[in-house]
Amino acid sequence: MLLRATLINIELLLALLLLGLLLGTVVALLQVYGGRFAGTLAAGYAWVFRSIPALVLLFLFYFGPSQFGANIPPFVAATLALGIRSSAYQSQIFRGAIQAIPQGQMMAARSMGMSRLQAIITIIMPQAIRLSLAGWSNEFSSVVKDTTLAYVVGLNEVLRHARIIMDRHYELAMLAYLAVAVIFLVLTYSGNRSLSWLERRLRIPGLQMKGGTQNT
Amino acid sequence: MSLLKAENIHKRYGKEEVLKGVSLELERGETMVVIGPSGTGKSTFLRCINQLTQPDKGRVWLDGVEVTHPKSSINKLRAQMGFVFQDFNLFSHLNTLRNVSIGLIKVKGMRKEDARKLAMKELERVGLDDKIDSYPAQLSGGQQQRVSIARALAMEPKLILFDEPTSALDPELIGEVLEVMINLAKDGMTMLVVTHEMGFARAVADEIVFMEHGVIVEQGSPQQMFSAPKHPRTGEFLNKITELYGETE
Repeated sequence: MLLRATLINIELLLALLLLGLLLGTVVALLQVYGGRFAGTLAAGYAWVFRSIPALVLLFLFYFGPSQFGANIPPFVAATLALGIRSSAYQSQIFRGAIQAIPQGQMMAARSMGMSRLQAIITIIMPQAIRLSLAGWSNEFSSVVKDTTLAYVVGLNEVLRHARIIMDRHYELAMLAYLAVAVIFLVLTYSGNRSLSWLERRLRIPGLQMKGGTQNT
Repeated sequence: MSLLKAENIHKRYGKEEVLKGVSLELERGETMVVIGPSGTGKSTFLRCINQLTQPDKGRVWLDGVEVTHPKSSINKLRAQMGFVFQDFNLFSHLNTLRNVSIGLIKVKGMRKEDARKLAMKELERVGLDDKIDSYPAQLSGGQQQRVSIARALAMEPKLILFDEPTSALDPELIGEVLEVMINLAKDGMTMLVVTHEMGFARAVADEIVFMEHGVIVEQGSPQQMFSAPKHPRTGEFLNKITELYGETE
């Protein structure tokens, strides 16, 4: 039962990471290349959604719309709340990575006739992604655990199930929560392992990565 | 009609006017060398030509097309002007072959296989066809600069702008880069070169331009500039620079 409920956490995790990745990339690009107006807007977005507690965001996205008659399913509300929050963090990881790339890379790309967008896509982003992986791995371990917060909006995820077990058989409380703890140890461990594998795989031969880890 | 024409280029950074009206013309197949003390706007001038830096005033034409015209498609024009940077700026996530072929694929829309062949040809020309799988960080400075020259050549540009191409190199690596450039000049490539390498200037320049404080002080053939400069500053500078850098070739 707990393992099956964990699938919900994994689904929520994937959905929120994807949303965070897409929005975060856009916000980061706007912040670096968007000019003064869009740049300020993007910085504001990142600041706002990093400042509000995750629980408050969850309540806002779940109970907020229902007040106006729009009932949002818990999964959607949780994906939006946690995904947008994660996009704010991810945007700052990407922004740092983009800014760590020497300006000469953009200049060289432009000097051979690439448009700015082409240069961003073919030259800047592939390097920025590599520089982001270490920080992104950190964000991953953080949002894995955040998926349990969706408990408060009634999502049938793993923590809620542990709670149900405890309500029915109080003697199993310790065991149930320990099981949840172990599940998250495994999730975080395997996620981080895959990401550091990816990091090694994408490592550019001979290059010292300024933002990345080099200790393997 | 000259291949490159720059007219009255002005550029100001804050209070400092870096370029105070620079004009020059370059004929097809000609090698022009721009010399002058550091901070006199030589690099800024090169960047104004391909609009990596926007000049405040002045116009540039490439092969009769106005580069500075607001409606000209700058990306197409840049693709016709190679640019070789002082610090190479190879794309660090791409291997040598991809560094040279990426512009062909992305800018010229060439098929991957054709781009690969052309890139190989240009890498052969700079003597690095045995390094196609290496990444920039695995190459010496001289090798990196030769790759960056191949990258410029592969686009089949009408001219190549060189911004102090040997200034970031260890002395023993300068020769291999100059050799490539000398061969290019002999093959009839049109080149505008900012450099302190007087040996190179003397050997291949059709014309030398001496720039100082944002203006062209004097220009002429190497012979005239080295043996009978009209302006006293030209002679002073040439003496000093030859003392400092020697005449590597």
